Amino acid sequence: MDRYEIWRFDGERGAAAFRISLPDTVGLMDYLESSPRVKMVVPGSEDSVQVSKMVAPGSRDTVYVSKVAEPDVEDSVYVDSRLSRDRQYQHLLVAHGGNLTLPYGLTAPESPRRQWIKYSTINILVAVAAFLASMLVLVTRARRGAKLFIRRIAGLEAVEEAVGRATEMGRPILYVPGLDPMDEVATVAAINILGQVAKKAGEYETRLVVPNRDPIVMAVAQQVVRESYSAVGKPYLYRQEDVFYVTYSQFGFAAAVAGLMMRDRPATNFFMGHFYAESLVLAETGNATGAIQIAGTDSDAQLPFFITACDYTLIGEELYAGSVYLSREPLLLGTLKAQDYAKVVIITAMLAGIVLSMINPGIAESFKSLFR
Amino acid sequence: MSLTIDPGIWVAALFTLAIFSFLYKDNPVYKFAEHLLVGVSAGYYLVQYFFSAVYKKLYVPVFINGEYWLIVGGILGIMMFARLSRRSEWVSRYPVAFYVAAWAGYVIPSYIQVRILQQVKSTMFNPFAMSIQEALSATVLLVGVITTLLYFYFSAEHKGGLKHVSRIGITFLMIGFGATFGYNVMGRVSLLIGRFQFLMTDWLGIIQ
Repeated sequence: MDRYEIWRFDGERGAAAFRISLPDTVGLMDYLESSPRVKMVVPGSEDSVQVSKMVAPGSRDTVYVSKVAEPDVEDSVYVDSRLSRDRQYQHLLVAHGGNLTLPYGLTAPESPRRQWIKYSTINILVAVAAFLASMLVLVTRARRGAKLFIRRIAGLEAVEEAVGRATEMGRPILYVPGLDPMDEVATVAAINILGQVAKKAGEYETRLVVPNRDPIVMAVAQQVVRESYSAVGKPYLYRQEDVFYVTYSQFGFAAAVAGLMMRDRPATNFFMGHFYAESLVLAETGNATGAIQIAGTDSDAQLPFFITACDYTLIGEELYAGSVYLSREPLLLGTLKAQDYAKVVIITAMLAGIVLSMINPGIAESFKSLFR
Repeated sequence: MSLTIDPGIWVAALFTLAIFSFLYKDNPVYKFAEHLLVGVSAGYYLVQYFFSAVYKKLYVPVFINGEYWLIVGGILGIMMFARLSRRSEWVSRYPVAFYVAAWAGYVIPSYIQVRILQQVKSTMFNPFAMSIQEALSATVLLVGVITTLLYFYFSAEHKGGLKHVSRIGITFLMIGFGATFGYNVMGRVSLLIGRFQFLMTDWLGIIQ
């Protein structure tokens, strides 16, 4: 294999990407994302390797390529996104060391071409299509009344009990839908669970308080809580001031919610969604007020804090499964089932890859390339 | 001991103590610090977003660079303000729906590539092409991945063989959480030490 080869020339965005294999003697010392050059080191000297481009083929004038995508020496990808479709370019990899300049390779003259399909990511399209197809089949089955089993999830079994406790004590329920914006999966899951919690709160006529860090999440949460109250026939219970915006500041938000817990003394706290370092502040304060606490997050760094300070914790995908578990809606049920089957496919693929690697490494490499 | 006369340090030190007072119990001093923090940060982010989003990403491209298609984004943003009136509130659902759907479509391919496909690829190994230690390490990783995935398999009750396998999976998770817990606690303790150093050094001047 050449030490330097073009593996994608994306004309749509006027960008070229290169996969570069370097000799074993050259190791990566540092890479500068903001700089057009990649600094490499040959052991024992201060040499460097740079990627440059020639705007006119054969020209002596070169321009540094602006971005390094991967610092991995064995399989580095360099992206040059400042190309124009009406010009030709040649890209050049050169090592500099002392007075020595060593060219590693030069690409053939190329112009960016328009590409309607990004063939390098066609495997993702196939994966998405297969997942969607399985989901549609399972959703259809669920809608036709097929019984799709979901195992018991302890944290979600406790939701009813937690809402009931707040009702008995005459205190509000606090629901924090994480700190991330609406584009995060955990926030979407948190909002789905909020809908179910709001329905139960509406049935029991218990006040539900939802502080928000993101204004769009707040807008969605207001809509969801209002619709949930309407769904149980009690739209008059909805109070817009109970689903409110606090601040985007992480610890400003944490301080405000901690203060709210101390003053309003909610009987039940839900922390669902993605959390950061404030998780322990929230969970500890809630614990100190004696509230029953149910947390759920996909943030592996914060899960230990919730596990220690909360009564129930939904770990990772249990949070995503939460809304399905509570609502049993066919659409969501089919999605969860499709995820489960995808897990079986993933496990099978991993084991197949290992067995193939042992039997025939050549075929195994081809198989692995499906997962690039 | 040499107390500083820098008013900025005095303000920072007093507010640090005001927040610390919450450790005793909720009190008016903490409430004051909390409300000030929330108010100042809300104002700060409002100004910051105005310049980073409205000015830099809308006003400059549209009215200075002539990229008029960005007006569509501006209109979607203005539609969000329809929430302020109950009669026009329904209008704000459209930009929210557009934002959530467009972003989901944008990130799903990269999530699948980075979080699923590439991780599956990295888990495939040839034990015969590795040293014993490497093969052992890769096997532990594989067992951890498979058992943890099966713990999150919701379509079957954790009974019989699956019960034992998922128990191994949750054990892997708890070991990971334990390590993360210790690491994070160390980080928090160093933050606390940093705060005390500020009080002792910059404010009180006890430590030189």
